[in-house]
Amino acid sequence: MFEWVETIFTSLPQGVQTMTFIILKIVAITLPLMLCVAYLTYAERKIIGYMQVRLGPNRVGPKGWLQPIADAVKLMFKEIIIPTGSNKYLFLIAPVLSIGPALAAWAVIPFDDGMQLANINAGLLYVLAVTSVGVYGVIIAGWASNSKYALLGAMRSAAQIVAYEIAMGFALVGVLMAAGSLNLGDIVRAQSGSVIHWFWLPLLPLFIVYFISGVAETNRAPFDVAEGESEIVAGFHVEYSGMAFAVFFLAEYANMILIAALASIMFLGGWLSPFQGILPEAVFSVPVIGHILGDGIHWLLIKIAFFLFHFLWLRATFPRYRYDQIMRLGWKVFIPITIVWLLVIGLAILGEVGPWWNAA
Amino acid sequence: MGNIIQYFKSLLLSEMRKGMAVTGRHLFARKVTQQYPEDKTPISNRFRGLHALRRYSNGEERCIACKLCEAVCPALAITIESEQRADGTRRTTRYDIDLTKCIFCGFCEESCPVDSIVETHIFEYHGEERGDLYMTKEKLLAIGDKYEAQIAAARKQDAPYR
Repeated sequence: MFEWVETIFTSLPQGVQTMTFIILKIVAITLPLMLCVAYLTYAERKIIGYMQVRLGPNRVGPKGWLQPIADAVKLMFKEIIIPTGSNKYLFLIAPVLSIGPALAAWAVIPFDDGMQLANINAGLLYVLAVTSVGVYGVIIAGWASNSKYALLGAMRSAAQIVAYEIAMGFALVGVLMAAGSLNLGDIVRAQSGSVIHWFWLPLLPLFIVYFISGVAETNRAPFDVAEGESEIVAGFHVEYSGMAFAVFFLAEYANMILIAALASIMFLGGWLSPFQGILPEAVFSVPVIGHILGDGIHWLLIKIAFFLFHFLWLRATFPRYRYDQIMRLGWKVFIPITIVWLLVIGLAILGEVGPWWNAA
Repeated sequence: MGNIIQYFKSLLLSEMRKGMAVTGRHLFARKVTQQYPEDKTPISNRFRGLHALRRYSNGEERCIACKLCEAVCPALAITIESEQRADGTRRTTRYDIDLTKCIFCGFCEESCPVDSIVETHIFEYHGEERGDLYMTKEKLLAIGDKYEAQIAAARKQDAPYR
């Protein structure tokens, strides 16, 4: 039936074939990601609603399941208003600059053993580099809007992102010391063994610092001074409307999912099953049950969902930090903690402390 | 010493965990949301909603055009004009309430010596074009006729407290 497709495809030059495959893979990552973003907004409203003893959205479709679709359609049909005093070119390029890195970083995320778009050796470095570019979107958006609130929001968020990136970077240094590799797939493989072998235990302070820095990096509550409604309206994206605003929104949520994915890969053993090392090996070769209990992408998804739930939980719980407190936490608490713990890990690796670093 | 304990407490995120436990508990709490159009909150018999003009049981309108409501209205929403009717009684020829001005304070109802102008329990009304929220005597009497049973019941319930 599809032979003609195959004949046409094989007659194409080699380069075009590879390109097609890469583009298909990108679509296979991006489309579910966008769907996840849409339903993450629904989950957020629902969970925060429940924590506030409300019901959350439940009108559009059964139990409100179509709410994100309705929101998306609404945003798409709204007009993009470009302020007269703004720099039109920068104004429109800013949302692209903020969503680009959020999606590009997904290229190196290993979903399962060997299941990743680009298996590059400096994966961790790539992730750090690419996510850092995201701050340009925010700064440029704030600057191009030609609005004092947007500018203030951009300044705040730039300072905050830079501050927390250092703590985050140090936390990642700990991971790469522990794993002995920058390749994300190798980092996961270094954690295989059992739940105890995952890096969350030896790197517990770094794990917590990483996650909290991740919350700060994505400008989520309680670190959302960049959009602090009560002070500067909506921060860097006050002047945006319609789809341009939606793109910022997508970027924020895609970043959240990315941070959650990275945290699960680096500290909770990515695609590794928590039953590994607890159940006897024979269980994993049973046809269906073994597949569910064994390693696989589903464990990564469950771990990501776990972290995303914590993002929402934090948002529902805490009031916004004061700006100087954010800076204090970043510079005077997190950075010292990470540096001290790097020393501890160094000594542990040198002393071959088991079960993580014993030579066997 | 206290400082040191505080330091370790903050390192172990004890307050953060306490806070999250509170919200975590409420995640499973019984939800108090009223699903509005399907189930409604109970309404007090003193509720002040849309206005109505009442009649006596013999069909005679109660209003005697004393204009106390017009005088007491703090928002100047009521306009009354009166004339002597053929049978010698004083009656209104015009009784308008501009609902866009009205603040639903209920003073008109309090001031009325014959319980003619009242506020009903209706709060879900709307106007579709300009002037729809400008109530005239005919409209007010029609509302009064339609909801007389409800209005009378609410008055009766509140009577012991007046």
